[in-house]
Amino acid sequence: MKKIESIIRPHLLEDVKTALQEVGVVGMTVNEVRGFGRQKGHTETYRGSEYRVDLLPKIRIETALPDELVEPAVNAIMKVARTGKFGDGKIFVTSLDEVIRIRTGERGEQAL
Amino acid sequence: MSTRYRLALSFGIVLALGLGVLGGIAKAQEPAGQAMGTSGPVVPVVPAPALNTGDTAWVLAATALVLLMTAPGLALFYGGLVGQRNVLSTLMHSFFLACLISVQWVLFGYSLAFGSGRLVGGLDFLLFRAVGQEPLSGQTIPHLAFAIFQGMFAVITPALISGAIAERMRFSAYVLFTLLWATLVYDPLAHWVWANDGWLFKLPALDFAGGTVVHISSGVSALVACIVLGKRLGFPKRAFLPHNIPTTVLGGGLLWFGWFGFNAGSALSAGGLAVQAFVNTNTAAATTGLVWALIEWGHRGRPTALGTVTGAVAGLVAITPAAGFVDVPSALLIGVACALVCYWGVNYLKPRLGYDDSLDVFGVHGLGGTWGALATGIFATKAVNAAGADGLLAGNPRQLLNQVIGVGVAWVIAIVGTLVVLALVRMVTALRVSDEQEMSGLDLALHGETAYSMLASGGSQVSGPSE
Repeated sequence: MKKIESIIRPHLLEDVKTALQEVGVVGMTVNEVRGFGRQKGHTETYRGSEYRVDLLPKIRIETALPDELVEPAVNAIMKVARTGKFGDGKIFVTSLDEVIRIRTGERGEQAL
Repeated sequence: MSTRYRLALSFGIVLALGLGVLGGIAKAQEPAGQAMGTSGPVVPVVPAPALNTGDTAWVLAATALVLLMTAPGLALFYGGLVGQRNVLSTLMHSFFLACLISVQWVLFGYSLAFGSGRLVGGLDFLLFRAVGQEPLSGQTIPHLAFAIFQGMFAVITPALISGAIAERMRFSAYVLFTLLWATLVYDPLAHWVWANDGWLFKLPALDFAGGTVVHISSGVSALVACIVLGKRLGFPKRAFLPHNIPTTVLGGGLLWFGWFGFNAGSALSAGGLAVQAFVNTNTAAATTGLVWALIEWGHRGRPTALGTVTGAVAGLVAITPAAGFVDVPSALLIGVACALVCYWGVNYLKPRLGYDDSLDVFGVHGLGGTWGALATGIFATKAVNAAGADGLLAGNPRQLLNQVIGVGVAWVIAIVGTLVVLALVRMVTALRVSDEQEMSGLDLALHGETAYSMLASGGSQVSGPSE
């Protein structure tokens, strides 16, 4: 089992969600987050005071998958979340030791 | 905790004692006569102008509109501009004053402002004694209607100052400051400018709805207060971003809406003069908002929502003293010039001088009010209001001099009065919260509540209703 954590552009959330559902992903958790990478920030002006904003808004999608779904899911995200410019985000894949469904107590892949 | 209790307790005792003493005085003293009238409170000797229901209805509606300017208008306008840890503290600065100064006004504020007297009003109207349903002398509305309409002006003026001291002043110090300021600065100045026996009224220094009394006094006092109080921790290096611009836009819109009551209500009647003030008000607000946005567009490449709202409010400030004395084209010119003056104040003067007027009270109200008061001396004409005066362009340069005197007096009483009042408050309590409280936010530190809770059930009840 793996956990895929992808950081994407906020306006692409709907596209990424649909693409993941199409390859068989059945659940996800979404956060609004802020961060920076190679994409430059921007300036905001309030009554003449300019502020440099480095931490840009992004969306983080977390989803837990059986191993065989990882590649299709990564490909699906790559396909719709890529614009080719700085700021497209990243995908982190990590191993999952255990998954437990709280309602039934099921463990492992059955709980996914 | 114990010092807080002591402070609250002593404050309550002072207020209660004041109430009792004033009640006694008012009962003991049969008022000698009305400041604004020739007739006594019980038996009108001269048949005064009859009470007019239309005028009365309008002034009552206008009174409610002016309350709307403070709570929620100003509260939201300022509330959106501060950080999210200080929203409630900022809302309290306005809402609490609607309570505090309304009571001060009934107890003695109205009497000090509009009672008869040379330098300050006498005690004729303590506790609204002799302020009744009979028409105000020379007017067609009940004296009570005038008194409560004016009360709303007394409420909003100290609340305007709060924008300069936001995010760092102790609440107890703020309460004492505003109470003393309303009594020692606002009430005398209102008396000089608006009472029939006020010396600036007789000069006459024209002020239709409060350019000097409300906006110069609050704007200049705000500048003094923020310098005395000092900058917010980390200013100007840290980013002090507005936490919610939509809230500020909503508050600004409510201010504009309420300002129709403020300016058009100041006609004290529902006739042509009220309409003139109404149209001038809208014209100036719209013009300054428009020009402000255009300046930003040219200067920085993009017009901002905050800038446009700020401009509209500045235009409202500038037209306030002139609203019932100038024609509509003059309102346009006043609005254009106001945008230039206030944009300069907010964008250049403040950074250059380095003071931390958190929400630009001086740049908008101090400068806008000063321009408006002077503009009244330039553009006023008796063709618009026979009870007013001709200004510079109507061939009376003397009026501009009168306006300069009015402006100068308002600046001086604001500067001196604020310094004195802050010194008095400092003898009782510290002006600023501790650094720790400032960093954790005033909402939690001073009021024990937070505006936006991230978790719906992130705690458990300690006391309150039991099962």
